[in-house]
Amino acid sequence: MKILVVGGGTGGTIVANNMARRLHHEMKAGKARITMLSASERHMYQPGLLYVAVGRMAPDELYRDQKGLLEPSIEFHVDPVETFDFKENKVITKSGRTHQYDILIISTGSRMMPESIPGLAESAETFYTEESAIKMFKRLREFQGGKVVITVGVPHKCPMAPLEITFMLHDYFKERGLLDKVQIHYTYPIGRVHSLENVAKWAKPEFDRLGITYETLFNMKEVDATNSILKSEEGTEVKYDLLIGIPPHKGMEVIEKNSIGQSGWIPTNRNTLNMDGEFKNVYVLGDTTNIPISKAGSTAHYEAEVVAENVASIVKMGVPVREYDGKVFCFIEAGKDKATYAMFTYNNPPDPKEPTQAVHWFKMAYNKLYWSSVRGIL
Amino acid sequence: MSEQSKVVDARGTFCPGPLMELIAQMKQSQIGDLIEVWSTDAGSAADIPEWINKVGHEYISSIEVEGVWRVLVRKKK
Repeated sequence: MKILVVGGGTGGTIVANNMARRLHHEMKAGKARITMLSASERHMYQPGLLYVAVGRMAPDELYRDQKGLLEPSIEFHVDPVETFDFKENKVITKSGRTHQYDILIISTGSRMMPESIPGLAESAETFYTEESAIKMFKRLREFQGGKVVITVGVPHKCPMAPLEITFMLHDYFKERGLLDKVQIHYTYPIGRVHSLENVAKWAKPEFDRLGITYETLFNMKEVDATNSILKSEEGTEVKYDLLIGIPPHKGMEVIEKNSIGQSGWIPTNRNTLNMDGEFKNVYVLGDTTNIPISKAGSTAHYEAEVVAENVASIVKMGVPVREYDGKVFCFIEAGKDKATYAMFTYNNPPDPKEPTQAVHWFKMAYNKLYWSSVRGIL
Repeated sequence: MSEQSKVVDARGTFCPGPLMELIAQMKQSQIGDLIEVWSTDAGSAADIPEWINKVGHEYISSIEVEGVWRVLVRKKK
């Protein structure tokens, strides 16, 4: 059985390692083979960029060598896929190589699209790449006061990040003794300060207590860089001195080029994680799916565990054994030294508790434990 | 309705939620497209028309069948 994993991010790495452990004997006996194709020889811990942007992590802490994260039995190539041929059970890579498969797992992730909002890329600081997070921190260090506007595109990666960066900026300016010279203003696309109702119920009084102002039902339309004005689809405007943008994102270009999914999101069954349609030997993970849940590493992690167990069961018994229940677990940093979390499934909404220092330190520990997590040890 | 609508199936999902899914779908739709949001969140029946009216799209209808709200809208701009 040839199992091919396309993508070496959180989902791809966890699914490959988990399968390799479950199929140890079959792989040793030559009955199963796992191959991963990735666009990069390095693996980035993306949530760490949030900390780089406020000077709390160094960029080199975010990377590991991808090959070193994988079980030695997994064949790894830095050679991204350019063509998917589902009828022939094969992919063709950038180097021109063809890889046949019996089971295909697509976990190619997403890409930031700040350029989809006129003026945003040129005007806003952001923290979704190493380069932009460093640039944002340098800008913060130089900032001496004024109106800081945090604005949120749709759809965006990691729905907790807009809240987290807002609370972290508050504490950053407080630490620098600048709070009396800084007004923090938060805009959000829907009619409350967070998409999760219970998170919004907690965050709104926190904003009020900290003096953070907000405007809801605000969807970025364009940025007038000359006059430092952010305009919304809803017809309102806000002036800024420092603009922090949470950019819209899309699935990867290869998905669009192969006409597999609109905007790069592949239509995926929310329980089996099979790609919709006739090719039942194709699974999709993480940001790559069109499932209407959080695009976050946690989502990819729980989905990867389900797919790995099912693929191993298919190899051993011919049938899958589990369904994905929509589980997501998200830490929420509520400043520089306290945090809470939201855990939910398709059937159970989250109920975040009061932020504590203990949860913050657990998140700080998880920033290191992530590497054990993707290896499949944790 | 004979005209084909795009369905945003946001049943049983909390984050980013039905309205955010609709906003995302609006961005990748053409002017004149019909979009139907399926939601198990009762708040969607109020949230979606509020946003639609504020932005200037067209709110067409909202019905509830066995706990699922189906909100139909049209992209106007």
